Amino acid sequence: MRQFVFLKWLRVAVSLSFFILIFFLFIDFTNAFSSALIKGILFFQFIPSIIKFLNLAGILTAGFIIVLFLTLLFGRVYCSSFCPLGTFQDIVAYISKRFKRKKIYKFSKPINWLRYPLLAMTIIFLFTGSLLLVNLLDPYSAFGKIASDLFRPVYYGVNNLSVFVLEKTNLYTLYPVKLKAYNWISFGFSMFLFILIIRLTIKKGRLYCNAVCPVGAALGLISRISVYKIRLDESLCNSCGTCGANCKSGCIDTKNKKVDFSRCVGCFDCLTVCPGNGVKFSYAYSKLNLIKSPTKNQLGSNRRQFLLSSASLSVGALALAKDSFSQVVKGAKIPVIKKYPVSPPGSLSIEHFHKNCTACHLCISACPTHVLQPSLLQYGWDGLFQPTMDYKASFCNFECIFCSEVCPTGAILPIVLEKKKLTQLGKSIFIKENCVVYTDETACGACSEHCPTKAVNMVFYKGKLNIPEVKQEICIGCGACEYACPTTPKSIYVEGNPVHLEAEKPKEIKSEMKVKPEDDFPF
Amino acid sequence: MKRRDFFRKGFSASVAASATLAFGNLDRLFATPPKFPMLPYDLVAVRNGEPEAMFDKAIESLGGMGAFVKKDQKVVVKPNIGWDVSPERAGNTNPALIKRIIEHCFGAGAKEVYVFDNTCDDWNKCYKTSGIEDAAKAAGAKVVPGNSESYYQEVDVLKGVKLKKAKVHELILESDVFINVPVLKHHSSADLSIAMKNLMGVVWDRTFWHRNNLHQCIADYATHRKPDLNVIDGYRVMMKNGPRGVSINDVVSYKTLILSPDIVAADAAAAKVFGSEPEDIGYIVKAAELGVGTYNLDSLNINRIKL
Repeated sequence: MRQFVFLKWLRVAVSLSFFILIFFLFIDFTNAFSSALIKGILFFQFIPSIIKFLNLAGILTAGFIIVLFLTLLFGRVYCSSFCPLGTFQDIVAYISKRFKRKKIYKFSKPINWLRYPLLAMTIIFLFTGSLLLVNLLDPYSAFGKIASDLFRPVYYGVNNLSVFVLEKTNLYTLYPVKLKAYNWISFGFSMFLFILIIRLTIKKGRLYCNAVCPVGAALGLISRISVYKIRLDESLCNSCGTCGANCKSGCIDTKNKKVDFSRCVGCFDCLTVCPGNGVKFSYAYSKLNLIKSPTKNQLGSNRRQFLLSSASLSVGALALAKDSFSQVVKGAKIPVIKKYPVSPPGSLSIEHFHKNCTACHLCISACPTHVLQPSLLQYGWDGLFQPTMDYKASFCNFECIFCSEVCPTGAILPIVLEKKKLTQLGKSIFIKENCVVYTDETACGACSEHCPTKAVNMVFYKGKLNIPEVKQEICIGCGACEYACPTTPKSIYVEGNPVHLEAEKPKEIKSEMKVKPEDDFPF
Repeated sequence: MKRRDFFRKGFSASVAASATLAFGNLDRLFATPPKFPMLPYDLVAVRNGEPEAMFDKAIESLGGMGAFVKKDQKVVVKPNIGWDVSPERAGNTNPALIKRIIEHCFGAGAKEVYVFDNTCDDWNKCYKTSGIEDAAKAAGAKVVPGNSESYYQEVDVLKGVKLKKAKVHELILESDVFINVPVLKHHSSADLSIAMKNLMGVVWDRTFWHRNNLHQCIADYATHRKPDLNVIDGYRVMMKNGPRGVSINDVVSYKTLILSPDIVAADAAAAKVFGSEPEDIGYIVKAAELGVGTYNLDSLNINRIKL
């Protein structure tokens, strides 16, 4: 029906705009967007917005309320307009249509046995303080991981190739960028998600959204009572099947002239393809040819939900007993054994970070020094892929707070630069027996060179040699010393603080000239 | 030796093949010490002026920039841009001095002037915060990244005791004229960071140096490609907590500038300005032993200028 065409094109325009911006955010290495712009772009992302709202309630974090409100009015428009993973699937479907005969979708039964238990488990996990299922299933975070882990390296490669070509003609306008400390397990998971979603999209349309995605399931519960719904007009619909064949959610039962609106992702394609006037998007509680949505299955899963809930509760309790992670470098001298990981500045504590991070990897993409990298088990098994400060890859720039400005969930809370410079993420620990000055009796001090507070200072050792000494009270745990240390295993490393502490300000003593008279030459 | 020959031949071949590129002085790439032009003084020291005025005076007394830069030559200016700190903190070379040097290079007819450093902090931030990127671009120089191994080519350090090979930034290898512009400052590893220490920013793998007798490696590398001119920025001097510095309180106003084609002599003079004795600085003594230059300032013809 022509009158609804604008709805579809509005959806396409909105979704593509968000998609392109979000995609760019996750592959960009130039920090092209300001933090305010990034906040705006990610405002509507459902789960990050909820988590951030719980941390910092306010208008700026109320995006999810608008999404809930929109869902209550029009159904799951989030899934086709704001969700980057949803738009990604639409793009995949669009491309596959170019290569193949047009896909004909079929009506299918809802997979309630999967989607509601997954939703319930996600919520139960949340109550036990674990974001594991959000980490793995939240569509925004899943898309983030795909873009950051798969597309970002490709983008870097293309950039570096261009640099190489331009360099041959003496042009240095672009600069190369290195991928540091690549996490192959995180890559593997993202690749798995990527392939799974492409296959599902080509074979089954939006099945991920209607069988796996907890946001889709949650919004689907609300869209059952939406004010406006898509329905088939019993008198005008002649069951030709066109809308059903074009419905990527497979939620239009054209035979019985029924729409399972809980699975409708609000793409409005059905409205535009109907050759007649049979598909309506209208006030759902008007008596005009009202057809009830199928609600039989709505309550059916309650019992299953309960069983699964108790099961996952016990699993969740196990999650609280977290293993510590130790990193052992074998081969020589004294190994470095770390008890705690280091969480980024602004994250308050390992616990706060762990309980609020959905592992979208935006901070990993945005970090100018690339010190933030996906973790494996450092935060425990349910903290899989949550970013950690990897001092093998790089170190935290003293003058930088960009991760705290971009984090959409509040796992890394906003922090002002002056406060960050006194926030102790961890403490440096010096292992004298590994140090070049001790083993080789030659000068070093790479650690002390890089230290922004001189918590690592060189003190007299013997002869003309100085050796590092750590003043932990002024150490902020930025990892510069660990990164710069030339020995294997490291002679200095940062042990994470479970709760971030306040470091003392380094004492400042005014320097004076050593040579007098001040305006003459000493030679 | 085969591998070394392969690198040498391969590199020379690629240089020769790139005929369109403005390479000059091919002999400099692997050669023994470059010949200094005949100069009226071995070393010039200036005090009590602004960076630009001090440089103007100093270069004038050496016969102008034309003594070092010929028409249509490719020049590389290598400041210290190691840290993400502002000019007042004196962790990096003074941007005003860099700008002035570039202007003199173009004044002498340079075709291109390049500026880069292999920084310690994030290079983008260092280039910006130091003010050097803006200053160099304003003077017409090309500001080039030093953050990727792909820019660095392996060379032999024939006279090196500990350091036998190094990966060196292509601009150092390809340029006709190399002007080294360090800032004089305290350094926690090497005692002082001056001209020879600044050359750590033209190589890729510095970890090796730290691991294998830092002072010896600094001296070893100084035998490889000596800068044609060393300009030491002693306008603001970081007296402690170097090389990064903690606050502005580490910095003292010295208003000094030292110029010399002899990198050892330049370092020795700067060390004395700082208040140290050259004999106490490991790499100065080791470099002199390798015949890079002399730290016996009494043997030199020095021009002392007070503004």
